[in-house]
Amino acid sequence: MTEITKKTILEIKEGLKKRDFSALEVTKAFISASEKNKNLNIYNTFTPEKALESSKISQQRIDRGEERLLDGIPIAIKDLFCTKDILTTASSKILSNFIPSYESTVTQKLWDAGALMLGKVSCDEFAMGSSNETSCFGNVINPWSKRNGKNLSPGGSSGGSSSVVSSGSALAATGTDTGGSIRQPVAFCGVTGIKPSYGRCSRWGIVAFASSLDQAGPITKTVSDSALMLNVMSGFDDKDSTSADLDVPDFTQTCNDFKLDKVKIGIPKEYQIDGMSPEIVKLWQQGSEWLKDRGAEIVEVSLPHTKYALPTYYVIAPAEASSNLARYDGVRYGLRNSQDNLDELYAYSRGEGFGYEVQRRILIGTYVLSAGYYDAYYRKAQRVRNLIIQDFQKAFDKVDVLLTPTTPTAAFELGSQLDPISMYMNDVFTVPASLAGLPAMSVPSGLSEDGLPLGLQIIGNQFDENSVLKIAANLENQASFPFLN
Amino acid sequence: MPIDKDIVAKVSNLARIKINNDQLSTISNELESVIEWIDTLNEVNTNGVEPIANVSGQKLPLREDKVTDGGYSEKILNNAPEKESGFFVVPKVVE
Amino acid sequence: MEKFLINGENDNFEIVVGLEIHAQVNSQAKLFSGSSTKFGSKPNENVSLVDAAMPGMLPVINKHCIKQAVKSGLGLRAKINKFSIFDRKNYFYADLPQGYQISQYSDPIVGEGNVEINFPDGTKKNIGIERLHLEQDAGKSLHDQHPSKSYIDLNRSGVALMEIVSKPDITSPDEAGAFIKKIRSILRFLDTCDGNMEQGSLRCDVNVSVRRAGEPLGTRCEIKNLNSVRFVMMAIVSEAKRQVEEIENGNEIIQETRLFDSDKLETRPMRSKENAHDYRYFPDPDLMPLELTDDFISNIKSSLPLLPDEIRVKLVNDFGLSDYDASVISEEKETSDYFFIATEGKDGKLVSNWLTTELFGSLNKNSLSINNSPIKPKQLGELVGFISDGTISGRIAKDIFAEMFETGSDASSIIDEKGLKQNSNSEDIIKMIDNVINNNQDKVNEYKGGKDKLFGFFVGQVMKDSGGKANPKMVNEILKAKLN
Repeated sequence: MTEITKKTILEIKEGLKKRDFSALEVTKAFISASEKNKNLNIYNTFTPEKALESSKISQQRIDRGEERLLDGIPIAIKDLFCTKDILTTASSKILSNFIPSYESTVTQKLWDAGALMLGKVSCDEFAMGSSNETSCFGNVINPWSKRNGKNLSPGGSSGGSSSVVSSGSALAATGTDTGGSIRQPVAFCGVTGIKPSYGRCSRWGIVAFASSLDQAGPITKTVSDSALMLNVMSGFDDKDSTSADLDVPDFTQTCNDFKLDKVKIGIPKEYQIDGMSPEIVKLWQQGSEWLKDRGAEIVEVSLPHTKYALPTYYVIAPAEASSNLARYDGVRYGLRNSQDNLDELYAYSRGEGFGYEVQRRILIGTYVLSAGYYDAYYRKAQRVRNLIIQDFQKAFDKVDVLLTPTTPTAAFELGSQLDPISMYMNDVFTVPASLAGLPAMSVPSGLSEDGLPLGLQIIGNQFDENSVLKIAANLENQASFPFLN
Repeated sequence: MPIDKDIVAKVSNLARIKINNDQLSTISNELESVIEWIDTLNEVNTNGVEPIANVSGQKLPLREDKVTDGGYSEKILNNAPEKESGFFVVPKVVE
Repeated sequence: MEKFLINGENDNFEIVVGLEIHAQVNSQAKLFSGSSTKFGSKPNENVSLVDAAMPGMLPVINKHCIKQAVKSGLGLRAKINKFSIFDRKNYFYADLPQGYQISQYSDPIVGEGNVEINFPDGTKKNIGIERLHLEQDAGKSLHDQHPSKSYIDLNRSGVALMEIVSKPDITSPDEAGAFIKKIRSILRFLDTCDGNMEQGSLRCDVNVSVRRAGEPLGTRCEIKNLNSVRFVMMAIVSEAKRQVEEIENGNEIIQETRLFDSDKLETRPMRSKENAHDYRYFPDPDLMPLELTDDFISNIKSSLPLLPDEIRVKLVNDFGLSDYDASVISEEKETSDYFFIATEGKDGKLVSNWLTTELFGSLNKNSLSINNSPIKPKQLGELVGFISDGTISGRIAKDIFAEMFETGSDASSIIDEKGLKQNSNSEDIIKMIDNVINNNQDKVNEYKGGKDKLFGFFVGQVMKDSGGKANPKMVNEILKAKLN
């Protein structure tokens, strides 16, 4: 029998059903794996007692034959989801003592389905970053390492969530994706993750970064596991005005469909950018070949405004963030730097409580919204966003999904990217789908010459997650990726 | 668009973030390079293109006028750095 | 009306005023959360996680508040915008938990309209409405609880407000006062705002500028948070005088936000607004644009009640009231409601007389509002009915009214109890008249000799003898016949 921590959710479910092991054994296995991987600095708050307690209830339901979709499945939660009575920090000093009295809609759905919480995992501060280095608790380490042994960034912002799954410390984790925060770190850590269509998962109770872009999604080892998690996490929420009032299809249904006759795969030519590593180019071509082998038709498409997606994103996301983060003012909760004057209290609390990258983005956002610049930056960016959406719409008139690399490079060494714009370039392939609110998924599809994971991204039409999952499952099936755990 | 220290000071004041004077020039350089990069958007012809604020494609949902929330001031005040007799407390605001 | 001018040292100045009225929407729950709008609760009791801007909280809009805004817009004869946007107005303040107020900036729910204001001398003026938009109220800061601290109560945080912005059509403090009263009256007739200025359900910001006759508009200053009509009028005068003085001293008026000190009768700059002009408005990404259908609007339109202007016309045309009485009765919803109940099946004009003279007089004397009147509208109607059908005389009616006001009894029971029913028996009246004539032969002779004025004396004597109960009309008629 394979080690418990090397299994997928579906395998664990099967094993629990067949009494190969108990929910308690499963939970203990992941708790000890988490403890063993302490050096990766994944957890902001570790809650093994909580998982153990819930595992008993899960086991009782399993014993009665009344098991729910995720009964007995230990998972980790990105520390951006508010969890009732459990510290929720967004990896920021300003929230380092914040204990919510409420549970986010998505995590509540997971607990209702029987999932067990191992703890809250690290991310970039307020999800702003692509390396997990902006967390106030220090960076997370990628379980994969270079042949030279140097520690690598897990990517970000969902670096803890990707690392926890990759290292076999949890069966799944929740992530959030604003411009690539699920897809980039899963590619760096050699795991799978999907950002569903904007509106698919409720944003209620998730610490907001950029409201028009933020989406929750699952991070798992396999495509089928992601589909299962997404089944639970999705659905209309009347507490979120932007939540999609649509039926949720069974996302697992297409994950075993390996015939791609009549499926058209678009290859956006603008994604062939300067500076992309040759191994990524090669993998991308390999991905096309695999899909072609299964009967898909490969079509070149054009998304002409692709190169403007990043600057558009870096107007819209900081602008929204500058406003969303105004509530962290040291008055009702969070860190307060006491001063005699209220404005000073704000400025010192926020100066001390926010890290450098968060401050930088708030300043950019404040600047682009401020008097005299609004039309030139914010309104302009909203118009370009419209053009980017139209590009995708035209492409989806011709093809079912798009295939692209997830990132331009494999994971980089910690501390290696110092200037903001080159850091922002990490999201060059992920940001366009975020701006258009489209579902997009990264699947680990190969290794770099350095032996590091590389991911391919599948972008689907709005609310067509099933097509994305189907193509992802085909890539996964062909790639036979050598998971670490 | 050059971003000098004065602009950074003004913006950080608007955003209520205390920035030390010795950081002002680093930040102004960084902001300037980011803004310069953002300025590439000017290459795009957006005449007649509507600005898009939200991509959900949904209609604004409307709630019924019913009292369904509130009544838990202790939870509201639970995380407060300073509170007194059911109020949040801040340094005196003089008008 | 005569032009209102501020007399400076050298010149006379006109004033130009625009008003922003913040009217709390009548609703059970807040604009974007399900917590209560109730006034006077314990601190932070009516606060939801959304109102306190806890991390990850999101707004969901209250449909009723949208209806109320549309209803108010229709009452202001304004254009209803089928497409409107909620924007964030970003600024930091102790009682603004989100660090922004959700408001409407570029695309408000209601556009241009107008209201007519009326003056006691019968003149009228149209004041333009620029817009009406929906926004969230802030919480409340208490500054008097502690020597060095302010206390924050978020109970008001998130309550729906309608901000009604006038065009700068107002040129005197009286017009400003009349405008606010008219807006208040319209909103109260519509039941979209209770108009309670003491509780802060209606607050005003005033934009004031001055200019010499014929000059272009001057620089304006905004005076914030005025919570009574009287203060608005006083603040306008104080601010206009200050501006005139500045100008005559050769200084420029700086556009700024000021506060009115009602003790010192002066305005002063508001410190917290010094650097607050950059609100960084942008569409709230948590809320899609609001789109209204024609059906939604026409349903509201078809259920609109009569408004003061329409009621005034009705009172004149259908009830024969004077313009003045009609304006007085139509000004307040309670008064017009009172009138319409009292007047059911009764003589409207007579009801109006009793309402505006006797009842208003007594209420004033006792500092009571019409809501707390000891005489209920049906009771006043009954009293007036007894006068019309001759059951009692007008004089007796006054006594009965006084007793009704004191005890709250019905006119009918007072009449029965005290035997105050008017005597319309002609035999009785003839007997009483004969008696008076017999006892006053000298006066009869004087009367017949041409001293017409004595007629009143005979009427008075008969009425006195009857204890006021003789039907005065019959007394008059029979006396006239007997004496001539």
